[in-house]
Amino acid sequence: MHGSDHRQPAGLYDPDHEHDNCGVGFIANIKGRKSHEIVRQGLQILVNLDHRGAVGADPLAGDGAGILVQVPDRLLREEMAAQGVTLPEPGGYGVGMVFLPRVEDTRARCVASIERAIAAEGGSIIGWRDVPTDNSCLGESVRDEEPLIRQVLVAPPAGMTDQDAFERKLFVIRKQSHGKIWYHDADSEGDETGVFYITSMSSRTIVYKGMVLSGNLPVYYPDLHDERTESALALVHQRFSTNTFPSWKLAQPFRLLCHNGEINTVRGNINWMMARRQTMSSDILGEDLDKLWPLIGDGASDSATFDNALELLVAGGYSLSHAVMMMIPEAWNNNPLMDPPRRAFYEYHAALMEPWDGPAAIAFTDGKQIGATLDRNGLRPARYVVTSDDLVIMGSEDGVLPVADDSIIQKWRLQPGKMLLIDLDEGRIIDDEELKAQLASAHPYQEWLDRTQIQLEDLPEEIGAMSPDAETLLHRQQAFGYTQEDIKQFLTPMGLNGDDPIGSMGRDTPIAVLSDRPKLLFDYFKQCFAQVTNPPIDPIREELVMSLVSLIGPRPNLLELEGANARHRLEVRQPIISNLDLERIRQIENHVDQTFRAMTLSMTYPATEGPDGMEAAMERLFEEAENAVKGGYNILILSDRDVDADHIPIPSLLATAGVHHHLIREGLRTSSGLVVETGEARRVHDFCLLAGYGAEAINPYLAFDTLSDLAPRLGHDDVEKLQQNYIKAVDKGILKVISKMGISTYQSYCGAQIFDAVGLSDDLLARYFTGTKCAISGVGLDEIANEAVKRHAIAYQGVLQFSGALDIGGDLSYRMRGETHAWTPETIGLLQHAARSGDQNRYRAYAKKMNDQDRKLRNIRALFEIKFSDNPVPLDEVEPASEIVKRFATGAMSFGSISWEAHTTLAIAMNRIGGRSNSGEGGEDEKRFTPLENGDNMVSRIKQVASGRFGVTTEYLVNATDLQIKMAQGAKPGEGGQLPGHKVDAWIGRVRRSTPGVGLISPPPHHDIYSIEDLAQLIHDLKNVNPEARVSVKLVSELGVGTVAAGVAKAHADHVTISGFEGGTGASPITSIQHAGSPWEIGLAETHETLVRNRLRGRIAVQVDGGFRTGRDVVIGALLGADEFGIATAALVAAGCIMMRKCHLNTCPVGVATQDPELRKLFTGQPDHVINFFTFLAEEVRELMAQLGFRRFDEMIGQRDRLNSQAVIDHWKARNLDLSRLLHAVEPGPDVAIHQCEEQDHGLDKALDNMLIEKAASAIESGTPVTIETPVANTNRTVGAMLSGRIAKKHGNAGLPDGTIHVKLKGSAGQSFGAFAARGVTLELEGGGNDYVGKGLSGGRLIVYPPKAGNFAPERNIVVGNTVLYGGIEGECFFRGVAGERFAVRNSGVTAVVEGVGDHGCEYMTGGVVVVLGQTGRNFAAGMSGGIAYVLDEHGDFEDRCNHAMVDLEHIDENGPTSDGDVMADMTRDDARRLKSLIESHLELTGSGRARQILDLWDQYLPMFVKVFPTDYRRALAELNAASDQKKREGATVLAGE
Amino acid sequence: MGKVTGFKEIERRDSSYAPVAERIKHYREFVIPLPEDDLRQQGARCMDCGIPYCHNGCPVNNLIPDWNDLVYDGNWRGALDALHATNNFPEFTGRICPAPCEASCTLNITDNPVTIKNIECAIIDRGWQEGWIEPRISPRRTGKRVAVVGSGPAGLACAQQLARVGHAVTLFERSARMGGLLRYGIPDFKLEKQLIDRRLSQMLAEGVEFRSNVEVGVTISVDGVLAEHDAVVLTGGSEVPRDMEKTPGRELDGVHFAMDFLTQQNRRVAEEHIGDSRPILAGGKHVVVIGGGDTGSDCVGTSIRQGAASVTQLEIMPKPPEAENKALTWPNWPMKLRTSSSHLEGAERDWSVSTRAFKGDGTRVTGLELIRNEWKTAPDGRMSMVEIDGTEFEIKADLVLLAMGFLHPRHDGAVDGYGVDKDPRGNVLANEEDYKTSREGVFAAGDMRRGQSLVVWAIREGRQAAHAVDTYLMGSSSLPV
Repeated sequence: MHGSDHRQPAGLYDPDHEHDNCGVGFIANIKGRKSHEIVRQGLQILVNLDHRGAVGADPLAGDGAGILVQVPDRLLREEMAAQGVTLPEPGGYGVGMVFLPRVEDTRARCVASIERAIAAEGGSIIGWRDVPTDNSCLGESVRDEEPLIRQVLVAPPAGMTDQDAFERKLFVIRKQSHGKIWYHDADSEGDETGVFYITSMSSRTIVYKGMVLSGNLPVYYPDLHDERTESALALVHQRFSTNTFPSWKLAQPFRLLCHNGEINTVRGNINWMMARRQTMSSDILGEDLDKLWPLIGDGASDSATFDNALELLVAGGYSLSHAVMMMIPEAWNNNPLMDPPRRAFYEYHAALMEPWDGPAAIAFTDGKQIGATLDRNGLRPARYVVTSDDLVIMGSEDGVLPVADDSIIQKWRLQPGKMLLIDLDEGRIIDDEELKAQLASAHPYQEWLDRTQIQLEDLPEEIGAMSPDAETLLHRQQAFGYTQEDIKQFLTPMGLNGDDPIGSMGRDTPIAVLSDRPKLLFDYFKQCFAQVTNPPIDPIREELVMSLVSLIGPRPNLLELEGANARHRLEVRQPIISNLDLERIRQIENHVDQTFRAMTLSMTYPATEGPDGMEAAMERLFEEAENAVKGGYNILILSDRDVDADHIPIPSLLATAGVHHHLIREGLRTSSGLVVETGEARRVHDFCLLAGYGAEAINPYLAFDTLSDLAPRLGHDDVEKLQQNYIKAVDKGILKVISKMGISTYQSYCGAQIFDAVGLSDDLLARYFTGTKCAISGVGLDEIANEAVKRHAIAYQGVLQFSGALDIGGDLSYRMRGETHAWTPETIGLLQHAARSGDQNRYRAYAKKMNDQDRKLRNIRALFEIKFSDNPVPLDEVEPASEIVKRFATGAMSFGSISWEAHTTLAIAMNRIGGRSNSGEGGEDEKRFTPLENGDNMVSRIKQVASGRFGVTTEYLVNATDLQIKMAQGAKPGEGGQLPGHKVDAWIGRVRRSTPGVGLISPPPHHDIYSIEDLAQLIHDLKNVNPEARVSVKLVSELGVGTVAAGVAKAHADHVTISGFEGGTGASPITSIQHAGSPWEIGLAETHETLVRNRLRGRIAVQVDGGFRTGRDVVIGALLGADEFGIATAALVAAGCIMMRKCHLNTCPVGVATQDPELRKLFTGQPDHVINFFTFLAEEVRELMAQLGFRRFDEMIGQRDRLNSQAVIDHWKARNLDLSRLLHAVEPGPDVAIHQCEEQDHGLDKALDNMLIEKAASAIESGTPVTIETPVANTNRTVGAMLSGRIAKKHGNAGLPDGTIHVKLKGSAGQSFGAFAARGVTLELEGGGNDYVGKGLSGGRLIVYPPKAGNFAPERNIVVGNTVLYGGIEGECFFRGVAGERFAVRNSGVTAVVEGVGDHGCEYMTGGVVVVLGQTGRNFAAGMSGGIAYVLDEHGDFEDRCNHAMVDLEHIDENGPTSDGDVMADMTRDDARRLKSLIESHLELTGSGRARQILDLWDQYLPMFVKVFPTDYRRALAELNAASDQKKREGATVLAGE
Repeated sequence: MGKVTGFKEIERRDSSYAPVAERIKHYREFVIPLPEDDLRQQGARCMDCGIPYCHNGCPVNNLIPDWNDLVYDGNWRGALDALHATNNFPEFTGRICPAPCEASCTLNITDNPVTIKNIECAIIDRGWQEGWIEPRISPRRTGKRVAVVGSGPAGLACAQQLARVGHAVTLFERSARMGGLLRYGIPDFKLEKQLIDRRLSQMLAEGVEFRSNVEVGVTISVDGVLAEHDAVVLTGGSEVPRDMEKTPGRELDGVHFAMDFLTQQNRRVAEEHIGDSRPILAGGKHVVVIGGGDTGSDCVGTSIRQGAASVTQLEIMPKPPEAENKALTWPNWPMKLRTSSSHLEGAERDWSVSTRAFKGDGTRVTGLELIRNEWKTAPDGRMSMVEIDGTEFEIKADLVLLAMGFLHPRHDGAVDGYGVDKDPRGNVLANEEDYKTSREGVFAAGDMRRGQSLVVWAIREGRQAAHAVDTYLMGSSSLPV
């Protein structure tokens, strides 16, 4: 790392975890006309994107901003002339913008390095220019870091006239200048060589950037205000970093691009780039290629890395757009709409470069062309406007630059995977179709593919290995640590059902390093997952972007442009291969012209060598692998099939990762494929790890053998089918796991190392798992080897206990001789008896059982010793329990996952003691908002806002003291949820605003949070609706969570929750419960440390949860830095839960987690039981506080020095643990708070709504209608929400009569326009909306149409942005124009008319009516379980654009069933009438020409409409209709009978 | 797994008994097992709890959910393996265990536990019937010799476990035949003795050497045994009964310890000589059993079979509640009224009764002088008994059987011979970790160590002691604990 002191890793903080998301924008003159005006406008865009950036504790220190413009020739020429230097012709010189250290001799070395590099490449220095700067606008914290900024002007080598060649030279010079200093000269710490950085060196472009607030950029760089600075383009970037540690070089733009988003696979991408070194060669670069190494590494950020790779591709001869398409390919393999040549283009390039996967809006330029592209999923917004005076203005938002209405020719957005390109030389926009068609036809890609691409399944049949006899099978199972649970809970259901199995409640077993039992190496790794800075993907509903295709074997030369090295490529459709397929690979030498040669290497070693032999065995394996590759073998099969009594298997993960990294180090990895044949892998997690560390295909032969053996017992005679199902289950599981990280292709996941280790030694990781992070260092190869040897002994040394049977396991269910659990018959009994009897002694017995872990370690906190004070305070001087309990909250459990009885018992209890209960996801019955007659209160003070937004109405939000945004859940971070239809009874359906009997899906991501600035926006939205409530963000512990938490604090959250992986769940894949997320101790320690470092800790309350069971746990949490505590499972146990782990089956026998009316009767919990528990807990805390010498709880927070981790641990694995990183204390410095004590500034005073509320005062009060007119701009965000919050507070969900408050606005509204608008509010907007229009709409009406003066056809232009109507409850919307992606996602009941939508329209919709008078994007109606949509299908291709999994398409029959009732009442009838009436309203309210045309030619248009009708919804409606008809008939019979 | 909704759909069904009139005519077992289909249905009721409370409720930690599921699947062989993984002698516990597992069953929250005991018994009976049970002969011999002293359930379990890891085990028994309390204490109508013989033959094949009619410390020297073996495990019973020596008339004829009475009958059934003692018979007599526990209950059943004119069972403690307070007891073993099959065969029961004196005709007992009592709880939780004046009454009694429990093991013989330390109650002092006594190389397990208890506890201790001894001898042990 190069950087100043506080960016060095220390404690748990690691700069690698920093994330940034941002605002990007550009402006360009299509004709290439240069002017200063463009620069000025670029800077204006930057200012208008300001709210997308962030500031930390220091108000003047932004996270960085910058601008890229064309080389300002006039300015430089005149400035240099003043120095007496004459510049060559424009383009004939390059300019390097250099950040230099302030320390003089270091600086001199840097300058010398540049000069040396220039000379070495044959160039010459024309001169140096000191760049004028004014640092009065810098924040104090960044001023220390401010570099000295100079420009170096470089002349090309003599005779070099080609400007592209000159650009390549400048690239080499820059790399050489940096490289020499960073990698060879860097000496002692703090010598500031890290400051040295060349922001750009080009003859075409220059970058001005820094740690400056965006508005101050031209103040800091007077050049930018200088009229002589002229450019035809300006690319700008405003950074929002999760951390505030100043880093001048991470400000953007970089040399070619700026990026809004996050590359999730960056670790793997870096590895693969390194791995290519030996196999890469370039005719164009020639020997210069070698000078570019190290290729990656002039910054810690993913964006910087991306820029490095892109530069290489461009220097290597790819056009900029071609290179971008290689790195961020659109989703091609599941797209029926893509034409064959383009598909061939992508398929061909897939072997050259794995995708750089993750949400991305990338704007790029080389000075000749400027463009932008979006990732395949369209997860970042990008809007643009083309004007009649030749401008293209692109930005993360619409309205970033005011443009006269009548000059607009086109308003559009970037679509997923699409590219916008402006060629300034040609003076025109090249649209996506044209550009890609041109690139795709530049070479005969299909022909190249046909010649080289081989599908594994097309190879000749071979004979796969047979299953062994029962005894051999058993021994192998034992050698690989199979347990009975593996068979029962994994292999059996996977084989039978083809699904990754589901479980419930949390994990309460020790992490692998604390377990007494030999654990598989897999168990030491935790899956990483996306939270906040990038979204997880729904691999089921958004399958079209996912791909499991894997390429096995060597990679082609990345820089070979002509397809000449046409190497064969071996492709598999998915990576889990059968025995037969493995044989095909093994025998491949005999086919395919001997292109491939496979060699099998053994992953076992002689048993006689014992545990000590493993290291040498690994070395031998490395040598064998290296020799094999050098000897021309290009597929290595690592195999442990030869395990037997004399051979111990090396853990397959160790061997795979080790060989993978060894080959990378040797530069050989891309010369060979890696296939793993192992008996060890069986659970989804195992396969993910092998993939994450480099396996291109995996053959789990023992899992197959086990299934064969099970088949007769399962009554299943088709063994092959079982195996296929099993593969299917693994595939689905892998997709789920990779999508949790926001990764969509196996190819980019492969080698991406998306895991954190827990309890493995730094040495082991560095050697075999290079680059993997670990919070607590622990066991090394010795212990790992010991575990393998133990398993081997069990199998082959006739150990009685296990002979004839597999080990019991006990990881998932408690078993006496299985894994240790916290919740046991004893602890549950003691706690329940204590809670019910109110007997504190029984509680003490319970707490003792939980806390004493001398014999059986379970968690990290067991290893801490609390250092008591020599001067304890008397117990009665310690803060009373009644105060301490206010810091406690119960967990987020929805009404739906648990019963009404259980839910309200917890709420009443928490309200009585002044704690908090949590609504969970799923709304809340409004009767709970009114206190009961006895004074009890059933309201959940914490209202959760989760991704499904079920029942999240304005009224719901205002009845809360805390609004919790659930980013992730401890038991299943990165996943959505599903409530099966049978759990949705009429009551739950009503509360969730859905149809009884229809299943509900919560998407994995919040569709309004794909990045940190999106989160800031949602926080802002919620704060507007309910300004009194604290807004909280719930995160799950993983490495880097502290950095995310810092970002959350900067996004103005009042509260953050860090959830440990022990947290519970109603239903979740077992893979997630067991293997995702980290212990809370790690996440909390990192969070507290990072917040204190950033001086943000005082502004935000930190809550921790996930496995809190006793007062000791609470005290340790406080000492590690928590203000508040979430305690869910223990509270639920006090109320009667007995940890059946049957929540997902609806069969809870104690009436807690069930909706079955019979079982609910069995619930016996009382609020008093819960109160008793929390009181005992607080008393235990008090007793410990007295011993610690603390009177007030606040004094205890963050006092890490009161924890001792040196306690002697006598445990064969745990004694190696090093907890020092957890206890690393940050010196907070004077005046820096270490617990929450300040308020966030939410900037609500700037809200437009203040004015609206004032003007609508009497309307709110007494319903007097009012009309308000006002201009609006993109900086006016969340218009209407605060007003609506006021209405809901006073009038509840009923609101005011329709149209009471009519607001007419003009302009481009900021994000979340009309969010949570209540009934009675009409917002009429002339102009356009950005993202999240009508979010959570709660009865209001929104009308948006483009400027009346516009010179374009509204129906072909965009009028509202992405994710419109997310979670809409009820109300009406009319949008004259096209909407972006995910229109009406999770709509519960809003009626909307729009003239076209992007991809994923009506996703997860459960109710309401959507009319689309134009084209839709792809994947329409994915996960749509309710409501209906009418789509005008003029081109007849809607069928291909629709996801048919849950819906039927119907034609609308003019003569279909009708009623004479309300046209919106019955979705099974009245279609034509309803559709027509909605279009008529649309015409009336928006003046839509499109509507007029359709109505004029109704008979022609009606047949072109398609009704999208969810199948389940139709069934449920029919049942409801039948039931009500039945009632009517019965009523009629009674009448008739009278 | 069972059937996910099985517990809601299927009613609990228990095995039944042969009619009283018929069963009291003989000493054979009289339980009528459920048919296979019913048993499998009953297995389906198991909910496969995330925390199987039964698994802990059971002292040997039987893998109950696992074998319930296997039975539901019809995989009896698999169920047998799972059962044997934790329990050496399910055929004993499947018959005579009071089934604490069922008390802790989650479905017992609503008083409908899974019929675990019946299923257990069915699995093991089926295993024997199918011939699936074979000796498990250790492939290796350790060369170590272990003496196990006392052949009750603890001794048997300990011996079998040790033999299976290759130790040479000698099992010493004072009586003529192996089995201890199983053979001589428990009536045949609850546990037929060929079940023990069948196991013994398996153990014989596994290499256990049986030496009966040998009393260590009496017939052979303690030091000799220790010298000839690498370890000695004391697994005797808790044999010294609680007496009423201070009660007037205790010396009268016709007042006997329950165990003397029961042992005689078992010997008769086995056609074994009853020894030197005079026959104790209930035929035609008014029998009073003092003590309300299981031994007392066995006396009731035996007396009825011998043709007693009447049988009355007295208990000093108050009548327990018919139903426990689940909220504060489950999953623990509750104090509640329990009625055994013997009680149903025609016995009077009375509670809160103290015996003031045995009445007699000078030599023989003729009746009892009794008084009602009540129990008071002091603030510190201690209970004390107060006799209620004016409630004195008398009942007829020709035979009085004292079944008030046992104090501790006999000390003469091995215990005193080895000179091992004792706990305050007079049991041999050793912990549940290493089962070591104060004498090097001498271990203790079962009632001798823990005091009177259930057969299932004895099996557990025997197994755990075997692990401890194996560890002691070999440095580590692969035997389960």
